[in-house]
Amino acid sequence: MNLKTETKIALSLRDLKKAFGEKEVHRGVSLDLHEGEILGLFGGSGSGKSVILRSIIGLEHPDEGQILFEGRDLVPLTERELFKVRTQISYVFQNGALFDSLTVEENLAYPLRAHTSLSTAEIRKKVNELLEMIDMKGANQLLPNELSGGMQKRAGFARAIILQPKIILFDEPTAGLDPVNTGRLLHNILSFKKRGMTAIFVTHDIPAAFEICDRVGILNQGRIELIMPVEEMKTSNHVLVKSFTTGAHIR
Amino acid sequence: MNDTQLSQRIGFRVLSATRFAGGFGRLVAQTFSGFLEYPLPWRLIFQQAYSIGVESLLLVLITGVATGSVMALQFGYGLERFGGTLYVPKITSLSILREMGPVFTSLLVAGRIGSGMASEIASMKVTQQIDAIRALGTSPIQRIVIPRLLACVIALPILTLLADYVGLIGAMLVVKLEFNISYSFFYAKILETLTLADLFTGMAKTIVFAFFIAISACWKGLNTEGGTQGVGRTTTWVVVTSSIFIMIADFFLTKFFIITVFPKY
Repeated sequence: MNLKTETKIALSLRDLKKAFGEKEVHRGVSLDLHEGEILGLFGGSGSGKSVILRSIIGLEHPDEGQILFEGRDLVPLTERELFKVRTQISYVFQNGALFDSLTVEENLAYPLRAHTSLSTAEIRKKVNELLEMIDMKGANQLLPNELSGGMQKRAGFARAIILQPKIILFDEPTAGLDPVNTGRLLHNILSFKKRGMTAIFVTHDIPAAFEICDRVGILNQGRIELIMPVEEMKTSNHVLVKSFTTGAHIR
Repeated sequence: MNDTQLSQRIGFRVLSATRFAGGFGRLVAQTFSGFLEYPLPWRLIFQQAYSIGVESLLLVLITGVATGSVMALQFGYGLERFGGTLYVPKITSLSILREMGPVFTSLLVAGRIGSGMASEIASMKVTQQIDAIRALGTSPIQRIVIPRLLACVIALPILTLLADYVGLIGAMLVVKLEFNISYSFFYAKILETLTLADLFTGMAKTIVFAFFIAISACWKGLNTEGGTQGVGRTTTWVVVTSSIFIMIADFFLTKFFIITVFPKY
């Protein structure tokens, strides 16, 4: 039995359905995310992995279903009501999505300025601490276009965690990174995992997911077909698992 | 083109127009409610206003001088045939303040600033920066739309005022050089002819134009799809749509001011 099932549920998706025009992306997605766990999510390109994350944070509106967080359903909330939720559930974009007119420091300070009453000195202190943690000390005044892809993703990660959210949603954070930068980013994520970070990690990067996730789910044909602990998945003979871990095509 | 294709094309156009009208109206409503819901981001507003002013100033000044000069030439040679050269200062100054200053400045800002604004927002959209604004618990209306709208509404009347000023100077120089009308006569005629209403109605028009330039740039930018090609299409669309709107709105605003402010003319 998985220990994670005994911990408190941080987030729960219930029968989410979403279609874009004729295309049904989700046909009833359900999953539970436990406190302190990192849940990996695999799925083919266009299978709707990112749409799950976008729905959780309210960037997409599910057609049906529930997203339960701290005892309430997030689906019917207005944009304004979601502001508070988005300080507790943060999103790490695939390309970092740093504001390109702002420096790294201003990017990281953005959520603090918007949601806290910290002084400029306190904000700078916090930004510097985080930059040091992600191996970007001294990059304060650089603009995003002066950063490497890996640095942009790490800065995006730092911006997402600066408000110390309860849940972090990673949207293919290692996509397009070389092994060195992937290693650095995973090292950063692992160091936060040790502090009890709860996260969903959408990825195609199987080794990365196996390194940092506790459980992994597979999204197929609009549903979460299976969820199992990483150790179990590594040895599983399930056809879907095999097709992902060996690279075979999923029908 | 057969009947089916024709009806499909008409249907598509009607759908696009309806989508535009609905989306535009919705953004206007969200923006006005945004004024009440969020604290105004003054720093961003002044940054944008400064940027619009600095980026457009030289262009507006050059165009202002050129417009004033050309109008003085055209009116001068046109009226010379009827012995009406002395009316040139009066007609030119009225045309500049009521029409040419506001309309040309707005068209320039639509081309220079509207397109830049649209492409910047569209780029932010396709690189997920707009999503990031929302994901960080903030509002694109507050961070993107309101600063740009207010900046345009502040900067455009000021730019128009400067364009009017240099336009009159250009006209004054031309009538002196071409028709030997003295500066003092030109100046006296301006004072005799122009009223504050002429200046303010012209500037009031630019507030309406600024509103449309900013909202259309923001709406189209926020709804951009299709990657970098989409950014290009957005930019072109904003310039064309804003320019058409300015010309159409100018007619109705002029009519409105003639009825309400200048009934005796």
